[in-house]
Amino acid sequence: MKLNMLFEKNGPTEINKGFYWANIIIICIFALLIFRLYQLQIWQGDYFKNLAENNRLRIQEIPAPRGIIYDRQGFPLVESFPSFDVSLFRQDVRDVGPTVHLLSKALSMSPEKLWARLDGSKNLATAHPIKIKTNISREELAAIETRRLELPGVMVDMVIRRNYPYQNLAAHLIGYLGEISQEELEKEEYSNHKIGYMIGKYGIEQKFELELMGEPGGRQIEVNALGRKVRVLGYVEPNPGNNLFLTLDLELQKVAEEAMAGKKGALVAMDPQNGDILAMVSKPDFNPNFFARGVSPEYWRYLITNPARPLQNRATQGQYPPGSVYKIITAIAALEEGLISPTTTFHCPGSFSFGNREYLCWRKEGHGQVNLRRAIVESCDVYFYNLGLKLGVDRLAKYALGLGLGRITGFPLGNEKPGLIPTSSWKMKRWGIPWQAGENLSIAIGQGYNLVTPLQIACTLSAMANGGRYYRPRILKFVQAPHGEILQEFYPRQEKTLNISPETIRLINEALWGVVNSPGGTGSRARVEGFDVAGKTGTAQVIQRREGRGEYQEAEYKDHAWFACFAPLHNPQITVVVLVEHGGHGGAAAAPIARQVLAAYQGLKKKVPEQIRIAQRPEGEISEKR
Amino acid sequence: MFDRRLFLHIDWTLIFIVVIISILGILSIYSATYPHQGNTKYLYLRQIYWVILGLALLFLVISFDYHLFIRLAYPFFTICLLLLLLVILWGKLSSGSQRWLHLGFFSFQPSELTKLALILALTRFFTREGEEAEYTLRDLFMALLFLGLPALLVFKQPDLGTAVLMVIISISLFGFIGFPLKAWLLLGGGAAVLTPFLWQFLKEYQKKRLLTFINPDLDPLKTGYHIIQSKIAVGSGSFWGKGFLKGTQSQLHFIPEQHTDFIFSVFAEEWGFVGCLFLLFLMLLLISKGLKIALASRDRAGTLLAVGITAMIFWQVFINIGMVLGIVPVVGIPLPLFSYGGTSVITTMVGVGLLINIEMRRFLLSR
Repeated sequence: MKLNMLFEKNGPTEINKGFYWANIIIICIFALLIFRLYQLQIWQGDYFKNLAENNRLRIQEIPAPRGIIYDRQGFPLVESFPSFDVSLFRQDVRDVGPTVHLLSKALSMSPEKLWARLDGSKNLATAHPIKIKTNISREELAAIETRRLELPGVMVDMVIRRNYPYQNLAAHLIGYLGEISQEELEKEEYSNHKIGYMIGKYGIEQKFELELMGEPGGRQIEVNALGRKVRVLGYVEPNPGNNLFLTLDLELQKVAEEAMAGKKGALVAMDPQNGDILAMVSKPDFNPNFFARGVSPEYWRYLITNPARPLQNRATQGQYPPGSVYKIITAIAALEEGLISPTTTFHCPGSFSFGNREYLCWRKEGHGQVNLRRAIVESCDVYFYNLGLKLGVDRLAKYALGLGLGRITGFPLGNEKPGLIPTSSWKMKRWGIPWQAGENLSIAIGQGYNLVTPLQIACTLSAMANGGRYYRPRILKFVQAPHGEILQEFYPRQEKTLNISPETIRLINEALWGVVNSPGGTGSRARVEGFDVAGKTGTAQVIQRREGRGEYQEAEYKDHAWFACFAPLHNPQITVVVLVEHGGHGGAAAAPIARQVLAAYQGLKKKVPEQIRIAQRPEGEISEKR
Repeated sequence: MFDRRLFLHIDWTLIFIVVIISILGILSIYSATYPHQGNTKYLYLRQIYWVILGLALLFLVISFDYHLFIRLAYPFFTICLLLLLLVILWGKLSSGSQRWLHLGFFSFQPSELTKLALILALTRFFTREGEEAEYTLRDLFMALLFLGLPALLVFKQPDLGTAVLMVIISISLFGFIGFPLKAWLLLGGGAAVLTPFLWQFLKEYQKKRLLTFINPDLDPLKTGYHIIQSKIAVGSGSFWGKGFLKGTQSQLHFIPEQHTDFIFSVFAEEWGFVGCLFLLFLMLLLISKGLKIALASRDRAGTLLAVGITAMIFWQVFINIGMVLGIVPVVGIPLPLFSYGGTSVITTMVGVGLLINIEMRRFLLSR
């Protein structure tokens, strides 16, 4: 009666129908739940009780082989070798104390470290083994095997471990592996990783960890009370990681490493037509193999306390004053602004008076009357002091930024540094001092606040070489699935077109050719017969040279030597930038290194024509970009 | 404001049931996280705080007329949608989990609150004034819009369980509204078309879970293993159970998420068939009380609201326990008042508060 009143709409029948069905559904579902409980707990209760009492289900992980990193021609840069790991099934260990004691002796690990391992794995399901030590030696393996019976729950598995056959070669690019840390474990991207995994910590190994790692497989096994396998209940095949094909050229990299051996500095070789990194060297370097086997504290201490900072990739993270290499920028700015023409001359008596200071040319006796081409070829400082005064800092900065300096190039690896292109407002903000007119002179020849990385110079020079197309440097060509299918391709990426007239580019490039090939050119030591090299030397002062004082001879005050070049002048195929820290003169210290790389490249080209190289790309259909 | 006479009508039995279930839950969390070390050290303590806070909110909720909540349904619903969006954006930014909103001192899951908001909004929509005598397809379409927005956002998080739950709660409500037959046919047809479409949007692990449920051999190492271990835990409890803190399955951490989604397996192992029957009995009591309140409500708004809340509790009980018993695929849904989790406890407590609210105001004639 009451209901009729209350349900104004649709009458009570609809609602009542609803309650009718609701009751039926609820009763059925509770009956189902109770039936299922009865089935599990009463009918099969003893069976499950038995299973639980000696819960003997184990999961044994089968590691996935890590993807291989290849050079542009398909030569592997890394490989894998078998090694042995020790792990522990906590549940099978009756007495943890003695086991830890025995293990610490057999594996020469401190008991504290072992306990820390066990504590760190508390949240892991008991059926998962805890990794105790990776890559044990033959002696340690023997020590464990002979005490097998006293060590229940201790397991030795064979795993595949990373090896870098070329040792230090391209270490800053390839990177190294290390055991995953607690913080990394908590990251979302590593949600499929477990404690004890070796993951990429640097370079390509880190950047493309998720591609390279693959998917571990495993066995679900039932074991008896003694922990011995009774039967395998389930098996999952591991999925190997994906392979990476780099733009790097192994042969050229070898030559570059060789040429830079014993030096401190960086070398970048790039294909100016598409931004491909052909070689990249940073010295001093490190041996990633020392990490693959678990880095020793001594080696780690050496790496991080070494004042030369071997872990730094100088090609992308080293910021240096560009020295005379920067004259290219100054020349472009002056031409584009219409301040000079190719025939404009200035007189160089060996120094330039401005304010109450004398600004020296590197050549004390002076260059006499010089035009732009000769000023570049012979690297006349006084000529560029004049341009610096005409241009001023902010106009020069506009061109430097437009040419790709002062910001990162977009290289995907490591923490790339942007360098620094000063402006007057920057100085005011940073130092609270207005820009001094005299500083226009210093920055015009690449001294002062200017900072660039070798990679930036390579990108900018490449854009000049190819007529104005500025490419983002490319290191990874494509990702390939283990069965050969190409999963993801990375294409050359033109970031922008330089806003510079073709006439200026042609003029500058020709002058750069003169630097190497004209008489009196500062870069003659980079000359390669039949390979029209064009380049610019640079000698960057580490500290200001006093008037009348000679060059500093102490190693840490010696100038940085630059050489940046491309070849051949027409249709350039390779850009090489060399920086030798405290190497002295660019023409003497850096140009010969560049020459070795250029000559080797020319030799390699003769051996393997480009067409064949391209055809060597592994077959497989190209899938859509992921 | 609060009428003194109303106090006499508070349903203390219902509150008693809720408290007993919560205590059993806390005991199970205590056991599941025993010995109390590491990350899970204080979880049972925190659950106690959440239950106390939940009870406080329950009493707060009953001191206002439930029509007020229905009137505020749309703004509340909108806020929940914004929070869901925020969670997704936030997750994108921090590339972390996307279910939680971290507010410094505590984190909460907007998707839990959104269930209540959805129920309130649907109630409001189907009790609006000046409506026609019959519901049309247009009404169905509007209702689906109410459901679709939050469900898709939650689905995107990705929280498949809660999204499915929202759909089931809404459909349960539709059963009480009285749609014409063709509306139901359309609903069925739409679902049939949409399912394969939505399947593509599932994450790999979600697909795997669903497929593993159909065929456990597909993934014997992860989900399949979890289902087996959960069944072993429940089954080994037998008739009387192993006793408090004596469950070997849970003490050895064989069960995944054993203080949240799989908490029932811990309880079942330690308290056995008898304990499970008792807990199911309490849950059934709670649900049937909810239905009774819906039936006795003095207006249609109260009925629909009570039905919605009861449906929410009922389906969560079924999906969660069914999952632990291996008869429902593994989707992350907490057991109301039982699983560890502040937002879940508070949502359920507020829901129960609304139920009591509807019941005690059925005698009042004026609004």
